[in-house]
Amino acid sequence: MILKPRLEDLKIIGFYLGKIILGLAFTMAIPILSGLCFRELNPALDFLISIEISVFFGLLLIKVCHTEKDLNWMQGMIVVSLSWIVVMFLGAIPLYLSGHWKSFLDACFDAMSGFATTGLILVQDLDHLSYTHNLWRHLIMFLGGQGIVVIALSFFVRGFSGALKMYVGEARDEKILPNVVHTSRFIWLVSFVYLALGTIALGVTGIFNGMKPLNSFFHGACIFMAAFDTGGFSPQSQNILYYHSMAYEVITIMIMVLGALNFKLHYHLWAGNRREIYRNIETSTLFVTIIATFSIVAVGLTQIGSYPSAVALFRKGFYQLISGHTGTGFQTVYAQQFIVDWNHLALVGVILAMALGGAVCSTTGAIKILRIGIIFKALKEDLKRIIMPERAVVIEKFHHIKEIFLEDKLVRGALTITLAYIILYGLGALVGMFYGHPFLNALFESTSAAANVGLSCGITNVTMPVALKLTYIIQMWAGRLEFMSVFTILGFLIAIIKGK
Amino acid sequence: MKINYKLTLIILFFGLASYVNSPVFSQGLNSSELIKDAKKYDGKLITYAGEVIGDVMLRGEFAWVNINDGDNALGVWMSASLAKEIKFTGNYKSRGDNLEIVGVFHRACLEHGGDLDIHAQALRKLGNGRIVNQRLNQDKKNLSLILFGALFLIWILILFRRK
Repeated sequence: MILKPRLEDLKIIGFYLGKIILGLAFTMAIPILSGLCFRELNPALDFLISIEISVFFGLLLIKVCHTEKDLNWMQGMIVVSLSWIVVMFLGAIPLYLSGHWKSFLDACFDAMSGFATTGLILVQDLDHLSYTHNLWRHLIMFLGGQGIVVIALSFFVRGFSGALKMYVGEARDEKILPNVVHTSRFIWLVSFVYLALGTIALGVTGIFNGMKPLNSFFHGACIFMAAFDTGGFSPQSQNILYYHSMAYEVITIMIMVLGALNFKLHYHLWAGNRREIYRNIETSTLFVTIIATFSIVAVGLTQIGSYPSAVALFRKGFYQLISGHTGTGFQTVYAQQFIVDWNHLALVGVILAMALGGAVCSTTGAIKILRIGIIFKALKEDLKRIIMPERAVVIEKFHHIKEIFLEDKLVRGALTITLAYIILYGLGALVGMFYGHPFLNALFESTSAAANVGLSCGITNVTMPVALKLTYIIQMWAGRLEFMSVFTILGFLIAIIKGK
Repeated sequence: MKINYKLTLIILFFGLASYVNSPVFSQGLNSSELIKDAKKYDGKLITYAGEVIGDVMLRGEFAWVNINDGDNALGVWMSASLAKEIKFTGNYKSRGDNLEIVGVFHRACLEHGGDLDIHAQALRKLGNGRIVNQRLNQDKKNLSLILFGALFLIWILILFRRK
């Protein structure tokens, strides 16, 4: 028998949702300050209106649903999945008010793409967008990459036990420090230190590339946020191609790879445990999968002679590959070039890389390489069982910060999530094909959306059908939250309708 | 004198032959055509027009200029002296100069790491850019004041309920 949720459940969910909305409203003050500094008054007004609407709803929820009770697992998961939908709507308001998005749905699409660190865009005339709105586009990637709940845990919540439930609900199943609030703060510390270093590196490179200093550092900060949070937005419509700079591309590759590593690994590297990078199953799997997928891309591109020099192959082939594998979505080719200049083999290489993704507890989406490593270890264990005598005891271990025995429970979990992602990639491709796109193009775009990558072969544009826009929004949301929260909210909705 | 006449004829012949081999697409091509049919136009002299956006990025004696024709922005590699003609570049506060470029199109430029670009040979200004005056949007101002009033009311009600 399914139990109908009680009023108390709804009140608890509403109360914590209200807190997260207030957290979002607080972050909107940053673009307002930027708008005042750059003397962009209308964009600043867009954010003032958005803050007022957010605070209105946040306060209303907190007051109407006020409770002293803590969250249980189900409520925590629902708060997380609902908060990602609510922040999409609220975060889209200033975008829509700018007049650069043709409909509110398009603004919601870009807001979800930003929060989920995807990078697919429907913005119009991006080259004339204000600094203020551009800052917001990149800031939501920074916030979404760390996790919206992580923000709330870091700054607005004082150690309540329900924190862990929300933290896990946001697809972060690893704690770096014993306390999740301290873990969240460490994630922010890492991000801010890298933000400062990355902005300086990109800003100085921009100046050497001939950009004006102010523009250069602004772009540096934006590109860093999009690269470290494996988002893929850029202040200009040409994305990374705008800079025409190999140095810029090399720096962004380094930042993308840093963003794709586990925050737990960052912690151990910061603590001086440098050997961990060679021993960790995630880094070794990432290394192997990059080599394997790049080999496919390189063979494909060489077959048709798209990029005859090694430098061109690196700047076009390897760059799109690493951008796809880390889930960033930066492009140094035009979307249509994937179709006209790349053959099927090269496209398959990028699709595979996008589908695999980076580390768990990082800012990337997709299946994630820890799960791929575990599945391959399980395969190895099974092969050993077949080869070795029946009485032999086969034990497989892997190193992920510590030595871990490969248990069936771990393998099952990895396979379940992998299967869920494959189904999600496939469903999006089916919808794409329904609207007349060839299989490979539809799969490319669908994988990019569901794996929160952002590379596009041209399907994502303002004229695409509403149903396809909604499909990609759902894929970005489900892919970012890694299904658990999504399944919980579906169960909750069924309980509301069918429960007794 | 006779030899010079022959030489002139030979030069004219080869000049004409090379002209036939790399036609100038004088009617102008848009960015979508260039990206879609990049192989067809690769190495050819083309005409492309649009608005200068972002920065004029000087690189020694040359400069990168990105020109947007409304569909896409393409990178144009030109001499610094040509780039000096540009007075306005497009961003939130200004409209960039509208330029017509005649240059060699590359699908994957070997000199620039495989970039799809145009190496400009000549430039013509079709229109001057300008500063865009941003007036305060009164509707947005009024809406923000109304919302502020609503928020203030809620705050008062909350205080009242608490007491």
